[in-house]
Amino acid sequence: MDFSAISPVALIVSLMAASTPILLAALGELVVEKSGVLNLGVEGMMIIGAVCGFIAAVTTGSPWLGFVFGAICGALLSMIFAILTQYLMANQVASGLGLTMFGLGFAALLGHKYSGIKPPKFHSIDIPILTDLPIVGPLLFGHDPMVYISILMVFVVWYFLNRTRAGLVLRAVGENHDAAHALGYKVIRIRIMAIGFGGAMAGMGGAYLSLVRVPQWTEGMTAGAGWIALALVVFASWKPGRALIGAYLFGGVTVLQLNLQAAGLSISPAYLSMTPYLVTIIVLVIMSADKARASLNAPASLGKLFHATT
Amino acid sequence: MNLIKTLLAGAALATGLAGAATAQDKLKVGFIYVGPTGDFGWSYEHDQGRKAVVEAFGDKVETSYQESVPEGADAERVMTQMALSGHKLIFTTSFGYMDPTLNVAKKFPDVKFEHATGFKRADNVSTYSARFYEGRTVIGHIAGNMTKTNTIGYIASFPIPEVIRGINASYLAAKAVNPDVKMKIVWVYTWFDPGKEADAANALIGQGADIIMQHTDSPAAMTIAEEKGIYAFGQASDMKQFGPNARLSSIIDNWSPYYIARTKAVLDGTWTSTDTWDGIAPGMVGIGEFSDKVPADVQASANAIIEKLKSGEMHSFTGPINKQDGSAWLADGETADDGTLAGMNFYVEGIDGDVPN
Repeated sequence: MDFSAISPVALIVSLMAASTPILLAALGELVVEKSGVLNLGVEGMMIIGAVCGFIAAVTTGSPWLGFVFGAICGALLSMIFAILTQYLMANQVASGLGLTMFGLGFAALLGHKYSGIKPPKFHSIDIPILTDLPIVGPLLFGHDPMVYISILMVFVVWYFLNRTRAGLVLRAVGENHDAAHALGYKVIRIRIMAIGFGGAMAGMGGAYLSLVRVPQWTEGMTAGAGWIALALVVFASWKPGRALIGAYLFGGVTVLQLNLQAAGLSISPAYLSMTPYLVTIIVLVIMSADKARASLNAPASLGKLFHATT
Repeated sequence: MNLIKTLLAGAALATGLAGAATAQDKLKVGFIYVGPTGDFGWSYEHDQGRKAVVEAFGDKVETSYQESVPEGADAERVMTQMALSGHKLIFTTSFGYMDPTLNVAKKFPDVKFEHATGFKRADNVSTYSARFYEGRTVIGHIAGNMTKTNTIGYIASFPIPEVIRGINASYLAAKAVNPDVKMKIVWVYTWFDPGKEADAANALIGQGADIIMQHTDSPAAMTIAEEKGIYAFGQASDMKQFGPNARLSSIIDNWSPYYIARTKAVLDGTWTSTDTWDGIAPGMVGIGEFSDKVPADVQASANAIIEKLKSGEMHSFTGPINKQDGSAWLADGETADDGTLAGMNFYVEGIDGDVPN
């Protein structure tokens, strides 16, 4: 057993890359749920983002356009869900599951000709002097731009929800859509915008997976990441900061357990494989242990259909 | 999610095929895959076998498949649906389908089942597998010769005999040419999760591995090896397009001849329950072309090993071999019997760490 082989700096750098897709998707879903809509189609939107982003990046040679196109496709896909649930009053759970299935199948179809192609490299930032500093350099100044954008988005989402009027309106819609409607807010329009944002974020997370984390396109490559993002939203009790902690914890323990195995730690890998799920759930549950306060965070109209009668 | 997906897909299968049930003259052959057919690994090769069946028999058969079917209870439902919708021959292509296959087979005595990589049979259940470990001996030999850090990284899926056999065979072959070689093993507990496979490859490379072997189904590790400028081997499929510089060779599964033979047996009415375990010689295990990164002398010695494995002159497990704890397993010149290999649950001497249980 040789733990000195594990470099803490390298570990943190790789955990950030491993966590970024689920963090982006979770932030998007958090806003969707705050508006009172439960979209279980995250996995489907992620994989569509993964394949569209990949195709765009390969075609244009620009990873940036890949992320943008991945986000657009994720948002477009989410509009199917929006129309079904907001205009046609379809059940949100069933529509979301349908969206996931559709996304997985459609992505396989789109990506058929793109297996085995290498996407253009998305370079990490490189600031002279700063990036070369020992420890701090790689930790703070050596990531790819999307990692910084994902962290920035945590702050943006928090600020929007808690410090802006628009965020307050969105939360009002999620808490009590009838009251918000009576006040004259456009419940359906607001929810559709939230769903679109959720789709874009999931699509961007998916694109990160196919362009940076595993730079390739393979059918079904999200392999459940969307479901982890969904669970994160609940365990983070709908708070962006906690979603960040949850995502990094999950990614961190995943990367750590693989490194411990490689270093020869004599604990059964079966237990090590469980730890990311267990640790993340336990920590987030402890953080939201105060039941009364935690339940205040859950949007009261989550998953309920809204039909304007007056 | 998978459950609902499987249920819906199963229902679609049942209704879709009900209409075609009148076409009794066609033999319906079903295939169940653990991953997507586009994984460019394990499930992809099984689907190539299915296509070969279609090509060989044309109008006489009708094939259908279910992809990404989770191992366990879901698999049982999918098999039941297939049997109910008139399939008379069903290939279940993952180790974890073993008990579900036997359960369903009991309920449909007139349907023939073929379970890949398992060891439980019944009157209407055959098993088949390939001696992938022969391929592991070849790539282990190459890896042992080519590693500069003397560290081979191994991404393992589940601790089942098949995977453990592969680790042992690779290690023995690598050690035969490089006594200092070490094998770092990471268990990812999945057959298909590109993200996790990539993380595992990164962890192994970070700790000094300069050659990666894998027993998982996606080409993620190959992509990472290419990016990091180290070497890897294609698994199940050639995977060359994912690592043009990284790929040294590959172990390629070729199920087509077997699938054609078994379908023919059902058509001819000569099908019986059998246990097939074929290696390099009959062509079930193929070794991908060596890359030009492999030095000529290593290519020559690897080719010699392939020839000897084919002729039976050499066995991947030839004594003296001790088990990990130092106790004797095979005496000098003794070769392992198939029974021990089929149930292998121990590492050989020299491998660090424990087999998870």
